[in-house]
Amino acid sequence: MRKLRLIPDDTKIRFMWLRRFNFPASILLSVLSVVLFFTVGPQYGIDFRGGSLLEVKPVAANYDLGAIRATLGQLNLGDVQVTEVSDPVAGTSVLIRIQQQAGEDPDAAQQAALARVRDAFGDTVEYRRVETVGPRVSGELAYNGTIALLVTIVAILIYVWFRFEWQFAVGAIIATGHDVLMTLGFFVVARLDFNLSSIAAILTIVGYSLNDTVVVYDRIRENLRKYKKMPLIELLDRSVNETLSRTTQTSLTTVLVLLALFIFGGEVIRSFVAAMIFGVAIGTYSSIYIAAPVLVYFRLRTGQTAGDSEAAEATGRA
Amino acid sequence: MLQIARWKVTLILLVVVAAVIVAVPNVFSGQTVASWPAWLPRNQVVLGLDLQGGAYLLYEVDRTDYVHKRLRTLVSDVRTAMLESPRIGYTGLGIQGQGVQLRIRDLDRVDDARQRLDDLRNPLDAGILASGSIYEFDLSVDDNGLARLSYSEAGLTERVSGIVAQSIEVINRRINELGTTEPSIQRQGEDRILVEAPGLGDPERLKALVGQTAQLTFHMVVSQISASEAERTAPEPGTLRLVDADDPELIHVVEDVPLMTGEDLVDAQAGFDGQTNEPVVDFRLTTGGARKFAEVTANNVGRLFAIVLDEEVISAPVIREPIPGGSGQISGSFTVESANDLAILLRAGSLPAKLTIVEERSVGPGLGADSIEAGRIAAMIGTVAIIAFMLAVYGFFGVIANVAVIVNVIMIVAVLTLFGFTLTLPGIAGIVLTVGMAVDSNVLIYERIREEFRQGRTAIAAIDTGFTRALGTIVDANVTTLIAAVVLFFLGSGPIRGFAVTYMIGILTTLFTAFTFTRMVIALWVAERRPKTVPV
Repeated sequence: MRKLRLIPDDTKIRFMWLRRFNFPASILLSVLSVVLFFTVGPQYGIDFRGGSLLEVKPVAANYDLGAIRATLGQLNLGDVQVTEVSDPVAGTSVLIRIQQQAGEDPDAAQQAALARVRDAFGDTVEYRRVETVGPRVSGELAYNGTIALLVTIVAILIYVWFRFEWQFAVGAIIATGHDVLMTLGFFVVARLDFNLSSIAAILTIVGYSLNDTVVVYDRIRENLRKYKKMPLIELLDRSVNETLSRTTQTSLTTVLVLLALFIFGGEVIRSFVAAMIFGVAIGTYSSIYIAAPVLVYFRLRTGQTAGDSEAAEATGRA
Repeated sequence: MLQIARWKVTLILLVVVAAVIVAVPNVFSGQTVASWPAWLPRNQVVLGLDLQGGAYLLYEVDRTDYVHKRLRTLVSDVRTAMLESPRIGYTGLGIQGQGVQLRIRDLDRVDDARQRLDDLRNPLDAGILASGSIYEFDLSVDDNGLARLSYSEAGLTERVSGIVAQSIEVINRRINELGTTEPSIQRQGEDRILVEAPGLGDPERLKALVGQTAQLTFHMVVSQISASEAERTAPEPGTLRLVDADDPELIHVVEDVPLMTGEDLVDAQAGFDGQTNEPVVDFRLTTGGARKFAEVTANNVGRLFAIVLDEEVISAPVIREPIPGGSGQISGSFTVESANDLAILLRAGSLPAKLTIVEERSVGPGLGADSIEAGRIAAMIGTVAIIAFMLAVYGFFGVIANVAVIVNVIMIVAVLTLFGFTLTLPGIAGIVLTVGMAVDSNVLIYERIREEFRQGRTAIAAIDTGFTRALGTIVDANVTTLIAAVVLFFLGSGPIRGFAVTYMIGILTTLFTAFTFTRMVIALWVAERRPKTVPV
């Protein structure tokens, strides 16, 4: 049986040379992402902004989306967004987002608003999902989400720092930071709801991206010991090329299952999965084009002889 | 690396077989499994609220409301204490911020007043660990006769904690009366209560039952005024102005000290009025309550009294004759269901304070079933895609990888079943993601073997070194992912936790299959075939 090879053997792509093009591009896009995130901002979901999200299914087959909008419009609920979503499993349903109501007791005001929505719709819709997050809880969720993100990044860095030399830890920070920033930008550009599950997606991306990076770094460390005389640029190129087949195949299998989840997994997790797909793609890019090339700036070897002993130290593990 | 002891092979196979046995009930429906004999494994994975439908309701004790009501009774307690003979003259009694304030007129009597107020400080039982006792209120009296009873921080915290415990009991009783669901009711943090009710079609009724304070009081009516009149005039001391439940324009001015409260009730049942045939709630009073009620009705024939539920007057009937029997009837504009619910609420008792919903997530049974279906389809398609891909790229070794992936999924399901973890939709996503990433360990091993072979080693040597070198990388790579999953597990809540659980288990089972199962299969294959070339 003839087997499929996605990446031919013995590739000799000059990733180190390519960095003069992709480094500026990545820096530019990362900065742009941060600017977008803090100026335009993502579409914050109810987890962080408070408010309600309703998923309803009209009982009548030929309902009118405009009529639903009009009904809600008469209730004076402030900002209300109505969108139609369709799904291969569940069919079509309508998502309604209602902003956090103001007042002396915002939680009670929100419940009162929902009661009015129920009265207005009567039996014409089936409620598939009702989510309400009050202002105090949304504040706490945002705080916990941020802490989770920071704790994870710090914990992983400590691990990488223990297992590798400091240069690798710095390289991993840069590559992973790049992925997180780009994903934040993706949330803004794709207009995905930024929710608690988005934090989970980012954390998973951080884990995945580092996983990829660590595999490449493992190989670099090994080659540093093996080829003591090889120039660093050539050594880094060689390491990335050697692991290229694995890196792309794993990304491909991961993206395959994520695509299945994106298409068939239902509306509830769709934006989570969309962010993951983007993250896996960007994580793969960064471990090939950023994580390894960036090491060249950190003097993995100080001089040919001194560097050798340092490299040998750095690779105490078989 | 490739020599593997017979006992190890046996052990690995035993673990795999055990996992299959534990996981297998999940293939069948709940009813089928329930009919199995007891010696068979019958545990199934617990489905989260998002998959079986249900309501997640987070309530918070409304401190402001509680403090306000508590201070209102404190005001009348202070008044009673000062009016006891010998009377102590005072002015300006009222609620100020978090406390009650008054000025003693006669400065010679300040010490006397201090003593009486001290009795109202209400010592709280703070548990065995506390040194000395905590008082609900702090008392301060200055030389000018200004006295103030105010909530102490510790006192309020202690009260709120007590309220949460008491509320949980009341909610339990109410839901038991409803008798259809088995929700879990838990304290969350200092002042919150989490109610989770699985499989509930309509959370609205549950919300109405759980969230209503249901404080029932009877008051004598002083007068009835219109809402606009109430806006123009100031309330007289010793009275409360309560709005009518049916007519927002009608304000009942009632005496602030209730004649009777829900505590005086022994029973309440929904029924129908004999004449109008409208739904009503019939109640019976305790012996003490009945005596008091008989006395009050006898003294006030011809006057109105208000039946008040949560600060709204649901009816204000005229006392036509003394009511001696200790039973009565509440009529209002009830439906059969609302009369029934009110009866349940009165039987179960009132909540000690108002509870507000601060977070709600409810999923209808339709969406739950769709999500299970969606997860199933996505998992199947994803798995088939991976199996096809691995076969195309690695041929025979791909078969080994695929068997390893299937063993991996079975083990995840087995662990979920065994430890009773909850499976959510994001959890299914975690399993599917594991399928995609679990083959990574095989890819790492195979690519390494291939490389070693191409560098001129013999097939067996290449497999041996390839394995050894790849396993180190697999550990390093998976630990980083595991760290992210563990943080998610501890800091995430609800659905995110569901994802973290399966993802975490998935990483552990991936490591297990890479180090034992895959290795064993390849070792056995090498021992059997003594290959001259590597099939990757």
